[in-house]
Amino acid sequence: MTDVTAADPARRPASALRRLIRRRLALLGAVLIVLAVAGAVLAPWIAPFAPDEQLFDGLTLEGAPLPPDGRFLFGTDLLGRDLFTRILYGARTSLIIGIVANGMALVIGTLVGITAGYFRGWIGAVLMRFTDLMMAFPALLLAICLAAIFQPSLWIVAMVIALVNWVQAARVIYTETTSLAERDFIAAERTLGAGTGRILFLHILPHLVPTIIVWGTLGISTTVLLEATLSFLGVGVQPPTPSWGNIIFENQTWFQTAPWLVFIPGAAIILLALAFNLVGDALREVLDPTQRGRD
Amino acid sequence: MPAYVVRRLLVSVLILLGVSFITFVLLYVLPADPVRQIAGRSATAETVENIRRELGLDRPFIVQYGRYLLGLVQGDLGRSYLQKTEVAELIASRLPATLLLMLGAILAELALGLTLGILAALRRGTMLDQTLMMASFVTVSAPQFVVGLLLLYVFAVKLGWFPIGGYGTFAHLVLPALTLGILGSGWYSRMMRSSMIEVLRADFIRTARAKGLTRARVILVHALPNAVLPVIAMIGIDIGIFMGGIVVVESVFGWPGIGQLAWQAIQRVDIPIIMGVTLVSALAIILGNLLADLVAPFIDPRIKLK
Repeated sequence: MTDVTAADPARRPASALRRLIRRRLALLGAVLIVLAVAGAVLAPWIAPFAPDEQLFDGLTLEGAPLPPDGRFLFGTDLLGRDLFTRILYGARTSLIIGIVANGMALVIGTLVGITAGYFRGWIGAVLMRFTDLMMAFPALLLAICLAAIFQPSLWIVAMVIALVNWVQAARVIYTETTSLAERDFIAAERTLGAGTGRILFLHILPHLVPTIIVWGTLGISTTVLLEATLSFLGVGVQPPTPSWGNIIFENQTWFQTAPWLVFIPGAAIILLALAFNLVGDALREVLDPTQRGRD
Repeated sequence: MPAYVVRRLLVSVLILLGVSFITFVLLYVLPADPVRQIAGRSATAETVENIRRELGLDRPFIVQYGRYLLGLVQGDLGRSYLQKTEVAELIASRLPATLLLMLGAILAELALGLTLGILAALRRGTMLDQTLMMASFVTVSAPQFVVGLLLLYVFAVKLGWFPIGGYGTFAHLVLPALTLGILGSGWYSRMMRSSMIEVLRADFIRTARAKGLTRARVILVHALPNAVLPVIAMIGIDIGIFMGGIVVVESVFGWPGIGQLAWQAIQRVDIPIIMGVTLVSALAIILGNLLADLVAPFIDPRIKLK
């Protein structure tokens, strides 16, 4: 890769420029994440109203939601609650699920991948065939089924998403572990008499950290989208707990006359998922040397 | 090659068995009782027990699963609890709509994704390239229902160009197919862009240029066919991705396909239908991936099937 770049002097500045732009996009992503986190953490202080407060002046005389104006920054919803307030509190739901569900998925995926990749043999075969099986499941359908089966709460939804989402991480970790396990320094450790646990967690796991960070970041984006979709279908986080997905679910009937009730939370979902994608992609470039100068 | 195909098909059967088992287990431990749903709230305990016996739900789990498998190998997916119709029949009647939607979605995503990817590759490093790549990031970060509702609002509610959901004419197909197509196009435009850039770097392109061919000829005749093939070979994988998405898109647009069938069944705890749709979707995903793997060596002879 590097020689190709060197052989073609015209491309050099372009790729350096691109890397700079990439970083700028990553910066944009980081800013969006910081904003979302700040909004979620500081919600009780920033929000002009309480999230469940049905405001006396929050509806028109005919009972319709109010469009965005000076008093209600994002307008009001079908029950006369302030949408800006609910979006702020909704950020909590998205971030909690994003971090918890994705964290669980990452732990499961890493454990499965590292075990299968290090031991190979029948343990590895069984684990990887099970991963193949999970890949054949229509993920969203499975998540919807699971969410509908259990009475959905914030934590159930997080668990359902984790159960569906660990597969990708497991595959990547598996591939990396198999190549790591064959390296000389691991053979050396084994010869020195290091136990399996020591090799796995002290010698292999540290080398997987970059991959885990990248997949952890990109995975939050997938998780945020899945939570939003489940909540939109009514099988995710249940009202009155605000989630960007269930705000759209609740207000769907007003979609034609009060579009802000759909598109403001919709934009919030897209921006948050985009932010984690941008940061994750930049991290991949920075942390993975084989990706440098490519694409 | 034939040996490879046979082995892959055998593995596929095993995977399908696994999917059926896991789904069956999940639905078996289901806390919501389908019998209550069928019997209604005012039913006596006796009626409830009768229905349970009639459906075979009083049998041990293994017997129930065994019976299901026995039916499955004969192409029998069981009967819907509530509609009393054959599940296979229900799915067969809904499948054409879903396949039509998928065909539309694949055409839309290829048209959008390939065009934008080629443009970005040819204008590499420019504002246009960056804008298009940013757009591809946005499309992979957008949930289906938001894009669907946005298209509905702009093109159906405001402009009135297309009907607000439903099924029947070509106009009904445009928005749902476009929703899936836009979301899939981001991935394709990125793939197409890097494939095109790679091909444009190849020696045979330099030779073509050195021969004095026009830029248009080099790009359209020499570069494009080589760059586009490996990207198109991925369509099989898309079938799987769409299979997940149709539940949402079909419910947003009121499209009467198997996604909507599944969604209604989930709400009514109509287990045989949920099982049936899950199996059909899994089959589509498996066949799609198999297709992608089988096509690959024809497109790139360096790839060997093992």
